[in-house]
Amino acid sequence: MDTLISLAFLLIKILVITHVLLGAVAYTVWLERKLIGRMQNRWGPTRVGPFGLLQPIADGIKFIVKEDLLPPGVNKPLFLLAPLLAVALGLTSLAVIPFGESITIAGHTEALQISGITNPHGGGAIFDPNVGLLIILGVTSIGVYGIALAGWSSNSKYSLLGSLRASAQMISYELALGLSLVGVIIMSGSLSLREIVNAQSGNILHWNFIGGWQFVAFFIYLISAFAETNRIPFDLPEAETELVAGYHTEYSAMKFAMFFMAEYANMFTAACVATLLFLGGWHSPFEGISWIPSLPLPALLAAFVPVFWFALKIFFFIFFYIWVRGTLPRFRYDQLMAFGWKFLLPLAIANIIVTSVLVAMNLAPLGSK
Amino acid sequence: MIHQILFFIFAAICVAGALNLLLQKHPINSALSLIVVMGSLALLYLLLGAQFVAAIQIIVYAGAIMVLFVFVIMLLNAGVEEDTHGSRIAVYFGVPAVAGLVGMVLYVLLQSSHIDYQVQLGAFAKPTKDVAMLLFRDFLLPFEVTSVLVLIAIMGAVVLARREP
Repeated sequence: MDTLISLAFLLIKILVITHVLLGAVAYTVWLERKLIGRMQNRWGPTRVGPFGLLQPIADGIKFIVKEDLLPPGVNKPLFLLAPLLAVALGLTSLAVIPFGESITIAGHTEALQISGITNPHGGGAIFDPNVGLLIILGVTSIGVYGIALAGWSSNSKYSLLGSLRASAQMISYELALGLSLVGVIIMSGSLSLREIVNAQSGNILHWNFIGGWQFVAFFIYLISAFAETNRIPFDLPEAETELVAGYHTEYSAMKFAMFFMAEYANMFTAACVATLLFLGGWHSPFEGISWIPSLPLPALLAAFVPVFWFALKIFFFIFFYIWVRGTLPRFRYDQLMAFGWKFLLPLAIANIIVTSVLVAMNLAPLGSK
Repeated sequence: MIHQILFFIFAAICVAGALNLLLQKHPINSALSLIVVMGSLALLYLLLGAQFVAAIQIIVYAGAIMVLFVFVIMLLNAGVEEDTHGSRIAVYFGVPAVAGLVGMVLYVLLQSSHIDYQVQLGAFAKPTKDVAMLLFRDFLLPFEVTSVLVLIAIMGAVVLARREP
């Protein structure tokens, strides 16, 4: 019976989290068009619904009813596999991301994490995969195949060039990205995302970004995340002025939409990892400060306050992505490679050395540990 | 129980991927089958409880090494494998040889299989810290020697790739 309840909760969690993410993806596109529009002194979508709020639904219908073209000369199985792979791997990382501590409904404590389980022997302790961070990195590294296969199977020069650029860029920046996370792992002594967040519990001064001396790592991560998700200023794989649309040139209708969804899902994953590792996850920036009164909230609502803080931090990153897109021009390809290999990578290694020395000399970070 | 079922599912996928690797004529299909093999191996490690090894298997083999394979195949635009005289002879000799080898290994395994020696699923569920203890304390010397070997390989790659002025 207990197993059945756990399974039911697991199913609910998977459904809710996946749908919230896909909804968020759709409305991120709306937000992006709206914000970029205002940054360029125009309105953005206004016609469909109030403030253009129904625009994502209209876009969705358009993607579904459009003709699904299959160009001649493509490698059909791989051409169909590529977008599926991209979107599936984009959503897989969600399984290990913790959104909050836990909630208790009718005496049943449930972790706010798809792969988090409550101790079956009682006590309410929560376990999550003890290599959660590595799972995310692994899924990201597999994610290259979606793009690589899309470009190759399309049998078109623009697609192939775009996918080669994308793969080279993602592999190069994955190194800097992975190494920038090592400092955080040293600070918290764990690869489990839940433990990494709990090591930063407390107010804003305890977070790895400030309290763990990881601000350099944070900026390396942020820059690499832009490259990993193929966003401006690193959107060379789909540079429309030279490559038409890069790796998804030959894709139409829903298959194109799947690449789109995968890209935005990856943005969310990158934002989640940044929040969990550097910005204290679901902890409030005012936590444990005695002179700030806590709001008198009903119990069920209070349980969702951590999720609110988590979502707010994610929103900050998404806003930042869009802001950068409205601000910066695109890099040149050689600049991109030189920046990744000659600047970010050595800086990340230096950060690891400095962090290790700090930890070895027992120089406690501000506040915790 | 559920672990046993999962083991057989992923073991079957692993073997099917390996067979597909050999049977496919196009190199990119073979490379993708190899990724399936690597991925299902990672899941078998996970079933044994070795989470860290499973994650590293995915990142290093399925992620990094196979990307290079796929990359090379894409760049060279390698075509369908040709059926030459030599490859047909290799099939005639190779298939019986492999069958014989598999039969021998199976025979030895079935002969010596004793419940005491069998690996239990989930037997290696240890935290990542224990892996680090093994690598950096108990087996420090082999580990460092391996890293020197990797360094030599990197230098060799740089020398080979360097363009003469």
